[in-house]
Amino acid sequence: MSTYYAGLFADIGILFLGAMSVYIILATGQLSLGNAGFMGIGAYLASYLTVEWHWPLTAALIVAALAAALIGVIVGFPALRLKGIYLAIATLGFGEMVRSFLLNFDRMGGSGGFHGMKHVSLETIWLWAGGIFVLIVLLERSRLWLEMRAVHDDEIAANLVGLNTTATKVGAFGFGAAVAAVSGGLFAHHYVYIEPANFGFERSIDFVLAVILGGSTVGPGALIGAGLLVLLPEWLRVLADWRLAAFGVLLVLVLLTRRQGILDKPLLNRLTFRGMRA
Amino acid sequence: MTVLALNGVGKRFGGIQALTDVSLAVPEGRIVGVIGPNGAGKTTLFNVITGAYRASTGDVLLAGSDITQWPSHRIMRSGIARTFQNIRLFASMTVWEHLLVAQPRTGGLWRSVLPIGWTDAEARKRAEDALVFFGLERYRNVIARTLPYGIQRKVEMARALTAQPKLLLLDEPVAGMNAEEADDLRALFHRLNERGLSILLIEHDMPFVMSLCHHLYVLNFGVLIGEGTPEVVRNDPVVLDAYLGTEAA
Repeated sequence: MSTYYAGLFADIGILFLGAMSVYIILATGQLSLGNAGFMGIGAYLASYLTVEWHWPLTAALIVAALAAALIGVIVGFPALRLKGIYLAIATLGFGEMVRSFLLNFDRMGGSGGFHGMKHVSLETIWLWAGGIFVLIVLLERSRLWLEMRAVHDDEIAANLVGLNTTATKVGAFGFGAAVAAVSGGLFAHHYVYIEPANFGFERSIDFVLAVILGGSTVGPGALIGAGLLVLLPEWLRVLADWRLAAFGVLLVLVLLTRRQGILDKPLLNRLTFRGMRA
Repeated sequence: MTVLALNGVGKRFGGIQALTDVSLAVPEGRIVGVIGPNGAGKTTLFNVITGAYRASTGDVLLAGSDITQWPSHRIMRSGIARTFQNIRLFASMTVWEHLLVAQPRTGGLWRSVLPIGWTDAEARKRAEDALVFFGLERYRNVIARTLPYGIQRKVEMARALTAQPKLLLLDEPVAGMNAEEADDLRALFHRLNERGLSILLIEHDMPFVMSLCHHLYVLNFGVLIGEGTPEVVRNDPVVLDAYLGTEAA
């Protein structure tokens, strides 16, 4: 595979992980616009562990994921009081807070960024992305996911059929944050240089956009969305300066024709023949 | 044994006293009804029992345990299940999924993160039983919200029962139903009761309540104004005056 395509597929894998982190939180009906913050935490912590403490990448990613999960749970608790757009704005604030912190955190390079990581292979990125995707696909068939959907559909009813909606929502934040951190750790070791600007608001929007575009009700939607978000601007290069405008138009058109995103349950069932068996 | 007991329960919303010193009991294996005009505080009573509202005064006891300050999900897990005045089904779920989601978790968190098909044979069996009991087999894979109203009511009740409650709270279960559907439900409640389930219901349909309940409480402006068997309540002059009206007598 050419370096060009390897780079694109690495970007897709990293964005896919970020999109999955949003998808998990969205499954409980909460929209997070701050997942780039968790990604940044994962990127900086994993990089610190591999560069300064010479940890193997796998161990560094796991620790970074656990640390981000803990922070996700801590962020998740005050977020319980907020819903809809208010929650989205609060998470956005969290993401910007992390970016500002990193900007002033001289121990990790501050605005100058941090480097010294060893380049990670494309296979490793996709091993993580594929592994987490399989986990989510299995989780989607579990009791826990049913409970998450119940909270998404009607939180009051969920509570009154005996579900602990607080634990479900906070847990989803923790899990989503962990996945975003893995995305960040892999990003850092793919580009071997990170700076706070890598984990700004636009990155969070990319994650959300990938989920909304690909389909927010099924796991594979995140993959379709991530693939399109990375590849479409490349395919449109023939349009030179107009390519991003054309990309925007295409996005709007897709969402106008398929509000639920490209992939939804009926389409996924048809593709996987599950609909025929049911 | 008493499944549910309320002792002097009061609920105040700002300047409005919605419930005042309400004491009632649901003995094991009985069907108890709460009747009263609109705004009498019946749904508030249910919300206090289920922890959706906190009682301002008094205690709520479930099988002897004081549940007054418990969070809703803990109360529901401890043996109370409810249906809602306005049906509350989960928009994205099939009938089958509704019958799985409210079941008590067994085997801890690990079991709940694995696919249901791999681990939870017991839960699937329970859901299958509920499907058959309520005659919902043919709707198994249908999104529950797309079904006719009467069927949705059954799905909601089936969901409540899969939680394996000691006590079922029914908030106007036959509202909006025709006589045939109401008869169908009455027969269903009798069958559930014969299995040992205790039921507490709120209902406006007087013939339905009178023919179903063993014992009735009458609520008016948040105060209990009468109680007894349907026969006693039917002839209680205070109740007649406040609610049933002289025509009913």
